[in-house]
Amino acid sequence: MATEIRVPALGESVTEATVAKWLKKIGDSVAVDDPIVELETDKVTLEVNATASGTITEIAVPEGGNVGVGGILGVIGDGTGKPAQPAAKSAPEKVAPAPEKVAAVAKSSPASPVLERSGPAVRRLVEENKLDPSAVAASGKDGRLTKGDVLAQLDRGAAPAAPQPVPASAKVPRLPDQREQRVRMTRLRKRIAERLKEAQNTAAMLTTFNEADMSEVMALRERYRNSFEKKHGVRLGFMSFFVKACIVALKELPAANGEIDSDDIVYKNYYDIGVAVGTAQGLVVPVLRDADARSFADIEKAIADLGKRARDGKLGLDELSGGTFTITNGGVYGSLMSTPILNPPQSAILGMHKIDKRPVVVDDKIEIRPMMYLALSYDHRIVDGREAVTFLVRVKECIEDPQRILLDM
Amino acid sequence: MSESFDIVIIGGGPGGYVAAIRAAQLGMRAACIEKGGTLGGTCLNIGCIPSKALLQSSEKFEQATHSFAAHGIKLSGVELDLAAMMARKDKVVGDLTKGVEFLFKKNKVEWIKGAARIAAPGKIVVQPADGAAPRELEAKSIVIATGSDSLELPGVAIDEKQIVSSTGALSLAKVPEHLVVVGGGYIGLEMGSVWRRLGAKVTVVEFLERITPNMDAETGKMLQRVLTKAGFVFKLTTKVVGAKTSKAGVTLQLENAAGGGASELKADIVLVAIGRRPYTDGLGLQDVGVALDNKQRVVVDSHYQTNIAGIYAIGDVIAGPMLAHKAEDEGTVLVEMLAGQKPHLNYDAVPAVIYTWPEVASVGKTEDELKDAGAAYKVGKFPFTANSRARTNADTDGFVKILADARTDRVLGVHIIGPDAGTMIAEAALAMEYGASSEDIARTTHAHPTLNEAVKEAALAVDGRAIHI
Repeated sequence: MATEIRVPALGESVTEATVAKWLKKIGDSVAVDDPIVELETDKVTLEVNATASGTITEIAVPEGGNVGVGGILGVIGDGTGKPAQPAAKSAPEKVAPAPEKVAAVAKSSPASPVLERSGPAVRRLVEENKLDPSAVAASGKDGRLTKGDVLAQLDRGAAPAAPQPVPASAKVPRLPDQREQRVRMTRLRKRIAERLKEAQNTAAMLTTFNEADMSEVMALRERYRNSFEKKHGVRLGFMSFFVKACIVALKELPAANGEIDSDDIVYKNYYDIGVAVGTAQGLVVPVLRDADARSFADIEKAIADLGKRARDGKLGLDELSGGTFTITNGGVYGSLMSTPILNPPQSAILGMHKIDKRPVVVDDKIEIRPMMYLALSYDHRIVDGREAVTFLVRVKECIEDPQRILLDM
Repeated sequence: MSESFDIVIIGGGPGGYVAAIRAAQLGMRAACIEKGGTLGGTCLNIGCIPSKALLQSSEKFEQATHSFAAHGIKLSGVELDLAAMMARKDKVVGDLTKGVEFLFKKNKVEWIKGAARIAAPGKIVVQPADGAAPRELEAKSIVIATGSDSLELPGVAIDEKQIVSSTGALSLAKVPEHLVVVGGGYIGLEMGSVWRRLGAKVTVVEFLERITPNMDAETGKMLQRVLTKAGFVFKLTTKVVGAKTSKAGVTLQLENAAGGGASELKADIVLVAIGRRPYTDGLGLQDVGVALDNKQRVVVDSHYQTNIAGIYAIGDVIAGPMLAHKAEDEGTVLVEMLAGQKPHLNYDAVPAVIYTWPEVASVGKTEDELKDAGAAYKVGKFPFTANSRARTNADTDGFVKILADARTDRVLGVHIIGPDAGTMIAEAALAMEYGASSEDIARTTHAHPTLNEAVKEAALAVDGRAIHI
């Protein structure tokens, strides 16, 4: 008895995904919970696991193809190792067999259960237009397609998903012998690009700067380095200090923790701090929930865990949404100073930079101190200049004298 | 002596008894309080069931006296035995109400016979019907399912003898010579149909300029035409301002709806069927603080919860169409929600039926509603005169009308007037539950020769490609 490999729920308001990578091929045997394919959404990459044991007998959507929630990705057969014939023929991605493949995908879908359940109008339209039903976003009951869904897809100038991804993975440049390389944007990058523009177009965004003398924090870290790691099992880094300093400042300047929602300003009484992490696919911002209630050790542990899972592509969608404020650190790459872009719908973002020894004036004498430039980009529609400057001053003060964090000053 | 239940439902009508049985199926300790002598509420006792029994019997009498000849059946000396007709109706009602009692026993739902008052959240006091001492009950959830009652018309007092509500109209001792029905809604038209077929002259007095105001306008017009052909007289845009009864009969004072133009209308029996009001008398809702709206309906949220935690309400007593199946499904959905499930009632796909002949049935939006919303829609219409089965049955009055979204072809509303419309509408309701397009209905094979083919042809007509017209 064959089991369909289906696209699982992708999270709030996420209805589509792209097939990023098939981890198994036709003929491979799988056990329950083996990861079979990687899907990429606007927010995150996730794995789809096998819900039954058996052999992969059909791959319905190749890499680069789009799928909707509940769509069919493939079929796990009984372990007899007999793949469905047309699919087997079309699996190898070669440019030449493309036209047959189109027809094969469209007609060989007696195995398309979504189509079977979606009514005669849908079946007719899909067949007449040679569509891949799993590439159409389904709004009907229990993942069925409605006639409206298919008509909408046709309106969008639906690329029938089949011919498009024929040149294997979308990430591979297609014309290697010219002086240009054309690489299709990944879904994630497209989404990041959209949001960046959205932030710039909506907010009255500008950046204010300050600098912090890191010597106190560095001394504190040195003093407690070994005992902290022994007791808590994690290194005392800089991020916990900055998160704590920001919370002191956010409590004093609540506009920086707020959000504009049409005509209202929403002030939030909780502190979910996003910590930007660079990954091979792009920037993602996992969120540290209720950071104000966490200890230094908790913060360090959580950030380490989120960072690792972000780079491994294993973050859940709920871990990426709902932050109230973001911290980004360009310093790890060597940035001296920068103007971070807001993470919508948040109203402020702190930019940390590299720690550089510089000559500075202390008590009318020149001293060499480890300095970090701090940047706060903010939405001037809701955060005043005075508030933004005060925010950054407060962060600087807490970093330069960490006892202020202890005393909430 | 207090007893403790998981759920206590006040009212044993379709909403109440179905909720009680469902609760028992889900493992709850359930009780249902009903003060009438039998279960089944208005529907089984003085509503849906007795009226349909009389409609069926009177329809057969009408066919015997008017239609059989055309079929080559010669009859003479056909007589009406009204007492027997009423007795059959009473037996059907009795059998069905006993059936509900049996279902209660089977599911171990306790039927508490008496009048309930909510003393406090979670506490009910019942005054038993047999006069015994009051019983106190504790319940985690209390469901108000007390239904509705006929509306009274000021100046026209109901005595259930000459001026009757639908209850009295179901048990008249003899066929009236002239029955005046006040109110052009489905109750008045159904009861009027019964007595018209049995030989009464029927006049319908309606305040608005159309009958069945909540139904599709075109369908309502056709119904009026058909009933007029059957002998109904309609006085529209007319209001009744007073009534005088005497041994000879009833004299109604009429006026134009806008005022002026006073006139009189004499009747043997007057049926007041101007609508129904939610019934919450004696429940003590004001003392407990349960909020009612300006139409005296219990206010509930999307989980059927009133403003008092643990007190819920369903059926005719809350907003929405006053239909037995709506109450049943609300009762089921509420109980399933309390059990932690996540059911959903699609109010856009609740059908409504008028059991005149031809029947009228509809589900979804009317053309007026779509126009008001500015929605672009297409119409497919198919008359029963073009349906083979209707022709073989010599029953060709009416049509099927399907309204579909102009862009996505999704079925938005279906309106049928014709033979067995009430049965045919189920196909439409199912299609709408699945977000089907008119093309889906058109491409589903319908058996031939059936009345349902008219639904298929109407679906084809949405796309301008009906075959049989």
